[in-house]
Amino acid sequence: MLYREAGQFKTTYQEDAQIFPIRQDRIGFFALLAFFFLVVPVVADQYWLQAILIPTLIFSLAALGLNILTGYAGQLSLGSAAFMAVGAFATYNFMLRIDGMPFLLAVVLGGLCAAAVGILFGLPSLRIKGFYLAVATLAAQFFIVWALVKFPWFSNYSSSGVITAQEVNILGYAFTTPESKYLLTLAIVTVLALAAKNMVRSTTGRKWMAVRDMDVAAEVIGIRLMRTKLQAFAVSSFYCGVAGALYAYTYLGTVEPEGFNLDLSFKILFMIIIGGVGSILGSFLGAAFIVLLPIFLNVILHSAVGEALPPGFGSSLELMIFGALIIFFLIVEPHGMARLWQIAKEKLRLWPFPH
Amino acid sequence: MTFFFEVLIGGLLSGVLYALVALGFVLIFKASGVFNFAQGAMVFFAALTFVGFTEVLPGWFGLEPGSRAVFWLAFALALASMILLGVATEKVVLRKLVNQPPITLFMATIGLTFFIEGFAQAIWGANVRGLDLGIADEPILWVLDEYNLIISKFDLTAAGIALVMFVVLALMFQYTKVGRALRAVADDHQAALSVGIPLKHIWAIVWGVAGFVALIAGLIWGARSGVQFALTFTALKALPVLILGGFTSVPGAILGGLIIGASEKLAEVFVGPYVGGGIESWFPYILAMFFLLIRPEGLFGEKHIDRV
Repeated sequence: MLYREAGQFKTTYQEDAQIFPIRQDRIGFFALLAFFFLVVPVVADQYWLQAILIPTLIFSLAALGLNILTGYAGQLSLGSAAFMAVGAFATYNFMLRIDGMPFLLAVVLGGLCAAAVGILFGLPSLRIKGFYLAVATLAAQFFIVWALVKFPWFSNYSSSGVITAQEVNILGYAFTTPESKYLLTLAIVTVLALAAKNMVRSTTGRKWMAVRDMDVAAEVIGIRLMRTKLQAFAVSSFYCGVAGALYAYTYLGTVEPEGFNLDLSFKILFMIIIGGVGSILGSFLGAAFIVLLPIFLNVILHSAVGEALPPGFGSSLELMIFGALIIFFLIVEPHGMARLWQIAKEKLRLWPFPH
Repeated sequence: MTFFFEVLIGGLLSGVLYALVALGFVLIFKASGVFNFAQGAMVFFAALTFVGFTEVLPGWFGLEPGSRAVFWLAFALALASMILLGVATEKVVLRKLVNQPPITLFMATIGLTFFIEGFAQAIWGANVRGLDLGIADEPILWVLDEYNLIISKFDLTAAGIALVMFVVLALMFQYTKVGRALRAVADDHQAALSVGIPLKHIWAIVWGVAGFVALIAGLIWGARSGVQFALTFTALKALPVLILGGFTSVPGAILGGLIIGASEKLAEVFVGPYVGGGIESWFPYILAMFFLLIRPEGLFGEKHIDRV
């Protein structure tokens, strides 16, 4: 009864083209934003902020990046963690080597570096596609991590290759508490997510989707394949790069190149599969799911069987459940959790009379 | 110069092992069009199952540990498990995903990878185990005396086994009824179905054969470097091999394996020192990538024509 759009007439083009055409969605969205910006920092404790909310937001951003590339532009990539690494290390170096570098500018520059590297490794996509491209992105994954380990300049000659993030300071305000770091992450993610949402419903996004659905046909109707594909690679890598910078600065504080390994890339891929390939909302749902699932499993396992399990069994079980879930989602709901949400909304519109 | 040849031969021999893993990919891709990322996990699963059985079998049947009977019984049981795994995969995963785009199938096999990795360790535990095939890893003496080359007996035997496998599989594809059916299915699913080839059986057979190949690869790799989680990364080693050789060609897998193996070792030894070493981790991928830019379908791949 509450979710009806009867009587909401759109009389201007602006109203017709807005992101949330239904009033209830708009109210819900702003209520959600207000909740996360105003209520959560007050009520959540340190553990929730530092170990769950901040990583969820950061992974959502990375998943958003991969979703732009894989979900919207149809280019499979297994190298997202490498682009995160580029973003993290570039931001670190900008902060380190330029005096008085503002943090936000450093993050943007780090993202741009990742975008440049992304374009470089996206070049093969002009000639090859599908699995072949996936292997080419693996080249990026291994090469970048190797380069960051082998050339000590990137980590400022630290003996172990580990970088320690400098203090984040914006306009004289130091972001040291979990609450402030959370708010900073949330603000950046919100801005970038809105930008992504707008991008995918503009000409740019339509071109990506045309290339995804059938690249030859897209070329025939006048879309320049090269520009579109490279643009997708650049934007996607930019998002991953910013996520990497946040990963180093607001989440972990210290990172090493090996932390951005293939496993992380796969994790991000799973986020978009489970959340929903080709959906902005799905990136968030998937990231939350993947971050929460291991914690949830741990709790369940411990309360159910206590310490009786052999060591390592929990992590094996976790792998199995991850794998099974991915297969399950691909079979039952290939569009992921975002699609389930959409179905729920459709049902809600007709409720309580389903006809 | 001797050193160069030593590196080259070492590379070629390890390339044969890459080819062995790549062969599992090719078999499945040829017959069902699925790019099976789980092949590496299958290698791991096969090796771990084999070792697990050699450990528990003596206790069950009162056999002498390490005896020939234990070896063959464990081999048979591991093979049976692999075939079971293959058939189950076909039934539970692939049949439900018929007609989905190849990328979806590929991602499903990534999920399968994780499942198999977890499953194997949940059953047999996550410890690193040794695997002894009874072949010593020592240089062949007369080659060492005659040509001053170090060639490991183990590597040579492994390459020999791999070679026999390739020949047997090639003959099977070429001359047996099942092989003919496999080729027909590979060419065109629907046409094969309409002339009465049972697609389900064929797919089960293919996954069974792929399981067999994974078992052989797992035994050799496991004996070489221990049965441990790292075995699943053999799949990553096989990817550039596949790209180089083309996804659908058995000779391509062999040649690609040899090229990747040799060039990787040569690059590591002769180029590596100038850039800090460890380039083995990415060199094959970059090589494969540049090769793709010149010939996108690989050495023996089928040329693909796009139509709207």
